[in-house]
Amino acid sequence: MSELLEQARAWVGRPASPPATARDPVNLPMIRRWCEAMGETNPIYLDEAAARAAGHPGIVAPPAMLDVWAMAPYRPGGRTAEEGMAVLSLFDAAGYTGVVATNVRQDYGRYLRLGEVVTSTPIVADVSDEKRTALGIGHFVTLAYDFTVDGEPVGRMTFRVLKFRPNLAQPHSAEPSAEAKAWPHPRPAITHDNAFFWEGVNQRKLLFQSCEGRLRHPPGPMDPLTGSLDFEIVEASGRGTIHSFVVMHQPRLPGFDYPLPVVLVELEEGVRIVANMIDAAPEAVEIGRAVVADFVEIEPGYLLPAFRFA
Amino acid sequence: MKTVTVGQGLPELIVPITASAIVAGAIATNDYEDVHHDKAAAQATGVPDIFMNILTSNGFVQRYVSDWCGPDARIAAVDIRLGAPNFVGDTMRITGEVSRVEGDEVDVRVSGRNAIGEHVAATVTLHWGARA
Repeated sequence: MSELLEQARAWVGRPASPPATARDPVNLPMIRRWCEAMGETNPIYLDEAAARAAGHPGIVAPPAMLDVWAMAPYRPGGRTAEEGMAVLSLFDAAGYTGVVATNVRQDYGRYLRLGEVVTSTPIVADVSDEKRTALGIGHFVTLAYDFTVDGEPVGRMTFRVLKFRPNLAQPHSAEPSAEAKAWPHPRPAITHDNAFFWEGVNQRKLLFQSCEGRLRHPPGPMDPLTGSLDFEIVEASGRGTIHSFVVMHQPRLPGFDYPLPVVLVELEEGVRIVANMIDAAPEAVEIGRAVVADFVEIEPGYLLPAFRFA
Repeated sequence: MKTVTVGQGLPELIVPITASAIVAGAIATNDYEDVHHDKAAAQATGVPDIFMNILTSNGFVQRYVSDWCGPDARIAAVDIRLGAPNFVGDTMRITGEVSRVEGDEVDVRVSGRNAIGEHVAATVTLHWGARA
């Protein structure tokens, strides 16, 4: 289990934030405003006689307003830190800055009456394993709210949010020249599987997935032998030998120098990787020759791995 | 309790998603998250415009069922799955169908769809005839 997940799961069963008590009791002006916004015309929410005729002791609040009463106040600049939830902040700090609510369930013990003051207490109910979703990699956090009036339970709510890493940043140059615009250098497609590799390249490191000591490349979600989704990321020394190679003459794509030696290098860690040779005469490239990894800045902020003779 | 059978449909409701509707709902539900009233703040998060908050979606779902069941039924629970956001300029078409009848307990399955897809899928549980 990741350190983040361990820290987040330590919150399960504990209050996500201190209880919040409504600043105003259940009241007619707020009910009226809610009914107007929703187009609600059920008379039991506004008319005493209609409410009694329907068997209520008097005017009652729409059940969907259960979680409205104790909401955080408006404040210029947004919520205070105390009104936030530390368990969610853990994910923000780890880069899971996206948040989207996915499920809400409310159970109403009884309808709320005018004058009642609602207190809301959220408990962290669950933190999921890491999930791959359409929005990005993330964790579902489930919060269980108890609503009380003078200690009497009046309703419950479970609220599930996804905390996710927003769509992965794709490499792009800040201000491409007119020529580069016409013939942009091809870019890798950054995916959830290979993002770590390209982040490593940007730090001039060659990173590989390792499952029980077996390194693999190109990056993928699963260990080919066991099907395991678990892996560690290890840094390679960059030393290796040419396992195979080609020298590109045609077609001549813009942005490359020709003739271009492209090598398949077997690294000393046992994993193979394809990259361009640099500072090498094509005729000097031969199978078995020792090479060492380097990094070429194609455009500002866009690096590619390459090899040169050791 | 009126006669209710499984499979019975509810009349559809069309909700125009205007900026006014979104903001009115956000204020009525005490929800001051800026993405529900401030277009620039919403766009800064990578979405095209302000969008409806959950409490308002819940409000429309329950108002929709309430239009149909009237004041004699009690809303006992709601179970909501959220999907495509309701952005300004869209239209939400709400449909519903009775999915369970057991004694005086009735489930209504509600779906609110917009141009992107299903905004909300909900089951509303009603208690009918049991006057408190």
